[in-house]
Amino acid sequence: MSVTGPRLQSTIFEKSRPGRGGGKIPHAPKGALDRLPAAARRSQPAALPELNELEMVRHYVNLSQLNFAIDTGFYPLGSCTMKFNPKVNEWAARLPGFAGLHPLAPDSTAQGTLQILWELEEILAEISGMAAVSLQPAAGAQGELTGILMIRAYHRSRGDLERVEVLVPDSSHGTNPATATMAGFKTITVPSAPDGGVDIDAFRAALGPRTAAVMITNPSTLGLFESRIGELLEAVHVAGALAYMDGANLNAILGRFKPGEAGFDVMHINTHKTFSTPHGGGGPGAGPVGVGPRLVPFLPAPRVLKVDDGTFRLERPGERPTSIGRLRSFVGNTGVLVRAYAYLRAHGAEGLAEVSQDAVLAANYLKGRLAGTYDIPYERHCKHEFVASAATIKRHTGIRTLDIAKRLIDYGFHPPTIYFPLIVEEGMLIEPTETEALETLDAFADALIRIAAEAAETPELVHEAPHTAPVRRLDEATAARQPNLRWRAMTGVETPCPD
Amino acid sequence: MPYGPHTLADRERMLEAIGITSVDELFDDIPANLRASRLDLPAGMPELELAAHLQALAGRNRTDLASFLGAGAYRHFQPPVVDQLLLRGEWYTAYTPYQPEVSQGTLQSIYEYQSLLAELVAMDVVSASHYDGAAATAEAALMTCRATGRQRILVSRAVHSHYRQTLATYLSGGDLELDQVPVVAAGPLAGTTDLAALEALLADPARPVAGVIAGQPNFYGLLEPMAEIGHLAHAAGGLFVAVVEPVSLAVLEPPGAYGADIAAGEGQSLGIPTQYGGPYLGILATGDALVRQIPGRLVGMTTDLDGQRAFVMTMRAREQDIRRERAASNICTNQALLALAASIYLATLGPHGLRDVAALGAARAAELEAALVEAGAERLHPGPYLNEFLIRVPDARAIHARLLERGVLAGLLMADIEPGDPGLADSLLVCATEVTTGAEVARFAAVLKAELGTVR
Repeated sequence: MSVTGPRLQSTIFEKSRPGRGGGKIPHAPKGALDRLPAAARRSQPAALPELNELEMVRHYVNLSQLNFAIDTGFYPLGSCTMKFNPKVNEWAARLPGFAGLHPLAPDSTAQGTLQILWELEEILAEISGMAAVSLQPAAGAQGELTGILMIRAYHRSRGDLERVEVLVPDSSHGTNPATATMAGFKTITVPSAPDGGVDIDAFRAALGPRTAAVMITNPSTLGLFESRIGELLEAVHVAGALAYMDGANLNAILGRFKPGEAGFDVMHINTHKTFSTPHGGGGPGAGPVGVGPRLVPFLPAPRVLKVDDGTFRLERPGERPTSIGRLRSFVGNTGVLVRAYAYLRAHGAEGLAEVSQDAVLAANYLKGRLAGTYDIPYERHCKHEFVASAATIKRHTGIRTLDIAKRLIDYGFHPPTIYFPLIVEEGMLIEPTETEALETLDAFADALIRIAAEAAETPELVHEAPHTAPVRRLDEATAARQPNLRWRAMTGVETPCPD
Repeated sequence: MPYGPHTLADRERMLEAIGITSVDELFDDIPANLRASRLDLPAGMPELELAAHLQALAGRNRTDLASFLGAGAYRHFQPPVVDQLLLRGEWYTAYTPYQPEVSQGTLQSIYEYQSLLAELVAMDVVSASHYDGAAATAEAALMTCRATGRQRILVSRAVHSHYRQTLATYLSGGDLELDQVPVVAAGPLAGTTDLAALEALLADPARPVAGVIAGQPNFYGLLEPMAEIGHLAHAAGGLFVAVVEPVSLAVLEPPGAYGADIAAGEGQSLGIPTQYGGPYLGILATGDALVRQIPGRLVGMTTDLDGQRAFVMTMRAREQDIRRERAASNICTNQALLALAASIYLATLGPHGLRDVAALGAARAAELEAALVEAGAERLHPGPYLNEFLIRVPDARAIHARLLERGVLAGLLMADIEPGDPGLADSLLVCATEVTTGAEVARFAAVLKAELGTVR
């Protein structure tokens, strides 16, 4: 596009012209592949596109400009912690000493990275109040699987084979029950209390000799601290089960609540939420897992160890037979972990405490600005995010949360998370984070208040939003019914090498 | 706090609007007996000090060696344009495209990724994406169990040991069985999957097999009889999972052509730095028949209300946020930026550039083999390889250490990754790619020759 003109792009396949491109890789000597058996060689070449570098650059730059991003605007996507991604972290991860290090490099040649990983484990253990941390899981969801598999191994190590159930509240992230299934457990869903919190009595009733674990998000997915968490943890342990904490909302409680100290046995941390590693348009993240003393023997292998002489090394294969094993190849998403480490060292203890204070302050301020225009189902002080609802607006005008979210796009804001948690009618989960300026928070509140007025005055304007985005609302039904998941027009087209 | 915008006055205004005097009041809901002990961490560092600290740590890694390490992570030339484009904030500071109207860039790029990889593997559907090759292989195994209703997986011992360990972890959750297929011990097929043993393992009627997993090239760098392995799996009513390396697919027969039902693999070699293990890119592909079983995000082409072509996440009913405990997997957001990197890399090189990467690696590897054999090493297996192979030298651990002192990283000491396999004792897995220089090969051969001279 540039500043004017049509914005949508044809596909990279449509832009391909045989004979374009080249100049990157020297040609291989003729006959380089003759030593391979003919049956193993590719008979029909892959039809990859051919573009010169400028056409290719324009394609990706123009495509990028169809995206909303933190670097372009306010992105209050609840439960995702869309905070600023500091640029020094990007620089650090790309230092040749980090980026160019092979994952099987001998320990003696990897001391810089091993030191970072070891220190990062220590820092995360301190923040979470846990005894030890594994950095191996590649994402929060894999961290959950790691945690639940460790709990399974713990019970089995005690000969306790009857514990086949995992309890989750109905407000949990979908990954919690999906993880329980992957780890071979049956999910028992426990309804929430009217105040939005965990229903302690319902949990007590569900707990028993068949309970392996309870998975709790605290602060909850409604952005509320579970004030009776102590009672719940006690009941869990009395029942012989272990407590898993989903750390998605850690950004609210840095320096205020250490889950391990409070009695949680295991938790995962999303570095891309709390510790600013970029969301990448949908990854990569990292999902470190912290554990209390009972689960340390079961941590994934390999762990990073500090040797008596002050150097660092990885555990060797088979060194710790109690480990649940590997969740992936190599040691983890190290490139992401370097960024998290940089963020943590930039902040220190005081800076991290301030992160949570400002995140919670901003959320409560915004909640106050919207109260009176939107329903606030849970009026107590929230943590780093809160749920607002358009239920009343919908009753009066027919305009739904979905419409309001789409209309926010016209005002230059990314919509909040909508219809999650599922327990709130017409809910929107709003998480401003600590890195947004007050004038941004005010402008967002002003827009939401204005849209509420539009819902009454000009409902069709809201109902048909967005009006200024590159595309209008999409036909998702046809996409699912007649899936078109790949470009096929070039398949089978063979283009000879131009030189 | 280094990145926060709030002035004292801003904070005062917010506190006043909320009607409190101290931010501490917002944390009153944390019971006193559960409040955190003091956070005991070093003080924050100004950016100048932080940058110097990080640079010093990076400098403690040795990336100046003549390296012949491969073994599942490969050094390749990344044209600078790839990273220049990835550094655009519109890509890396966006999130999962939940709001398609303001995410068409990411959505179209994922559709293009699916299409590019589908071309490489010659299959219908590619999910975007998975954590890495090992986790993608484990998800492929779980797919075969769901699709067949069977509970047993066979994996070739010549698949990367990290992948086999990951499989064991993932399969343990569902109490699924995992058996290993041995490799041929001697003769022209040494080091490849033992077809007779595979047939025997498949023949147990009490334990029917859901899926058979083999790699091409395999972990030892050798080419496997993939069509035959697939034929045996299918004859026993099972599915066939091919573990692939995407650069090699420029020159090797793709899984779609030799009858694989699922392809899984590590996409790191497509322009992604080795960066000590991740973030990488898990590739998972299949045919239309299994599309409802594939976990991970899928983007489809559709239209908007005005009939404009547009892209959207689709077939979401497989996913955890909708299906919860009945989802195909717990996977959600994972490696989108790496899928983008792979797409840009492929678009930069084009079909001929990618073929040159693969063929040049093969040529360098042949030079390496000739030089090392001349220096006194012997190949462990006689069969054909692409760009990676095993050599045997006496007292490999000591030789590997002494070569390291002389600036040569002589590949992977197999005893470090497969300590229990006597057949691999004293062997090194060495690899060459298009970035391997003739001078590095000559240096490796020269120091090896000198060392072998002293050992003998």
